[in-house]
Amino acid sequence: MNIVVPMMQTVDLVEELELNDAGTDVEREYLKFVANEWDEQALEEALLIKDASGATVTVVGLDEVDVDGTLYTALARGADKAVKLTGDFSEGVTSHQRSAILAEYLKGTSFDLVLIGVQSAEDLDGQTGVLLAGRLGLPHASVAVTVEPADGGVKVAQEMGAGIIHELTIQTPAVIGIQAARETPRYAPITRVRQAMQDGGLEQAAAPSVEGDSGVTVRRLFAPESTSHAEMLSGDADAVAGRIFELIRERGLAKA
Amino acid sequence: MASDIFVLVEHHEGTVTDLTHELLGKARELAGAAGGEVVACVFGSGASGLVSGLAADRALYVDHPSLERFIPEAYVGALAELVSQRSPRLTLIGNTTVGMDVAGALSARAGLPLVAYCSALSIEGDNVVAMSQVFGGKLTAEVELAGGIASVIAGSFEPATGGSPQVEEVAAPASLGDVKTKFSNRVEPEGGDVDITEQGILISVGRGIGGAENIEIAQELADALGGVVSASRPITDSGWMPKTRQVGKSGSKVKPKLYIACGISGAPEHLEGMRDAELIIAINTDEGAPIFDVAHYGTTEDLFDVLPALTEQLQSAVGA
Repeated sequence: MNIVVPMMQTVDLVEELELNDAGTDVEREYLKFVANEWDEQALEEALLIKDASGATVTVVGLDEVDVDGTLYTALARGADKAVKLTGDFSEGVTSHQRSAILAEYLKGTSFDLVLIGVQSAEDLDGQTGVLLAGRLGLPHASVAVTVEPADGGVKVAQEMGAGIIHELTIQTPAVIGIQAARETPRYAPITRVRQAMQDGGLEQAAAPSVEGDSGVTVRRLFAPESTSHAEMLSGDADAVAGRIFELIRERGLAKA
Repeated sequence: MASDIFVLVEHHEGTVTDLTHELLGKARELAGAAGGEVVACVFGSGASGLVSGLAADRALYVDHPSLERFIPEAYVGALAELVSQRSPRLTLIGNTTVGMDVAGALSARAGLPLVAYCSALSIEGDNVVAMSQVFGGKLTAEVELAGGIASVIAGSFEPATGGSPQVEEVAAPASLGDVKTKFSNRVEPEGGDVDITEQGILISVGRGIGGAENIEIAQELADALGGVVSASRPITDSGWMPKTRQVGKSGSKVKPKLYIACGISGAPEHLEGMRDAELIIAINTDEGAPIFDVAHYGTTEDLFDVLPALTEQLQSAVGA
C-alpha cells in the first residue's frame, strides 16, 4: 500500500501572534513555524500501518518555513520518501490553494491512501484533506482515530462526538483526515534526524501552478474582543492558592 | 444565485441535533435579509418524519439506502446535487464531524467558497460577512464572500424550533448507487469509569501538565476537594487519561459547580464543552490563552506551584 502524508507548516500558537501591517494575516516573516500537529498524527498512523503490513510512506510538503526539518524528521521516524514542492509560499497558502497543489501533484503519482491531519490552526477556508478528496473525486472520512488495511481498502474509526465511533470500510484510493493516531507520535532521536539530513534524501519538485482562489477575502484579523475576561488573581503561587481557597469556601464547595 | 438559505440537517438515531436548530435560527434571519426562504436539506432512508417540526419554509428530502447512516461521500453527493440545481445564496453546515466531511468536499466539487469555524454571519448588500475562529481561537477573522458555504461552531446562534415546512422529495442522484464507503458499526462509549458530566467538581488538566506522571498533583487536589480529574483532548490522545474523562466537542459537555482548568489553553473545541460551568478558575502561564475569556478567575502563576499549595491549604483546613 502506498500512503502519502501531506505535511504543512503552521504558526506556533505558543508564540504571540503579531499581525501584518494590513491586519489581514499574521506576520509570517517573524513568527515561528512548526509542523501541523494533526499532520504528525497522520504520519504516525501511516507508520503504524507500515509497521503492521509493510506499506510505503511518502511525506510531501510545500516549501514553507522550516519544512525541511519536518520532512527530515519524518524520514528519521520511518517515512520512506520525502518530497518538497518548491515555490514562493511566503504569503501563506489557503486550504483551497494547498489542496489544488496537492491534487495536481497526486495525479502524477501512484497512491492508495492519503492520510492527512484532520485540520490545522489556519484552515479558515476549510480543511485541506476533504477539499483534496473533493477535487480528486475520492471517498473520504474526517476525524479518524484508527485506519487499518482491509480487503480492497481500509477500515476507519470515525469519531462522531460524545465518545461515539462510526466504523466505516472505505475502498481505496481514499483520503482520510486523522484526528489522532492509535499511538503517540514516535520520537526521532536527533542523531537520526541529522543522519537523514546528511543523507540528503529530500526530493524536490516545482509545485504545480494552480488556480486555487478560495473566494473568501479577509477584511481583518483581530484578537477576539471577549465580552468577559477572568479576574486575574494577584500575588505569588501561595497567595493565589489562598485566594482560590477563599473562592471555593465562599461557595460552600470545600469539604471543610 | 437564488436568495435561499440552505441548512444541512444533521441527525443521529432519529434525533435532529441541537446545532441544526441553531443553524435554522440563523438561517431565518439571513433569509429575511436576502429575501429568500429557509430550506432544510434532510437525507435519510425512511426518515422523512424528521422534517416535521423543523423551523424552515421548505424541506428537501432525499431518500436512499446509502443515506441511512452518515456516509461522507453519499451526503456530499446528495447535497452537491441539490446545491448545483438550486444555487442557494448560502448553505449552513455544523462544524461537526459530519460538517467537516461535507463542507470541504462540497466546496471543492461545487466550486463554492467556504468559510469554516463561523461564530457570526450576516448579509451586507452583495456580501456574506462571517467571523471565523482561527489560530486555535486566538484570532478571529472577519471575512467576506459572495455566498457559498459556512460551517458553524455550536453555540453561536439562538435555536429556532417549531414549524411545518413544505416537503419536497427529491430523487437521489445516481452516484449514490456507487458509493465506495460501507457503514459497518456504531460504537457507543465504554462505561465503567466515572461519568464526568455528573460531577460537581472537575480538576481538568491540559497540555501544560507536561506528562502523565504529573497528573498526580491534579488528582491530589481533586481528592482534597471531593472532585474528579478530567482532561482536554491532547491528554486523552496521548493516553495519559482515559477517553471517558475528555471534556469538549468530541468528549463530554460538562456543567460542574467548579471547574479548575490547569494548563489548558482553551481551544474552541474545549470551550464548547465547559463554558457553562458555574465557577471556572483557569491556571495557565500564557496570559493570552483563550481560556481566560471564559474563566471567572485566572492566574498565570505556575500550576506546579499553585496546585500543591491549594491542596495543602484544603488539607490543613480539614485537619484544623
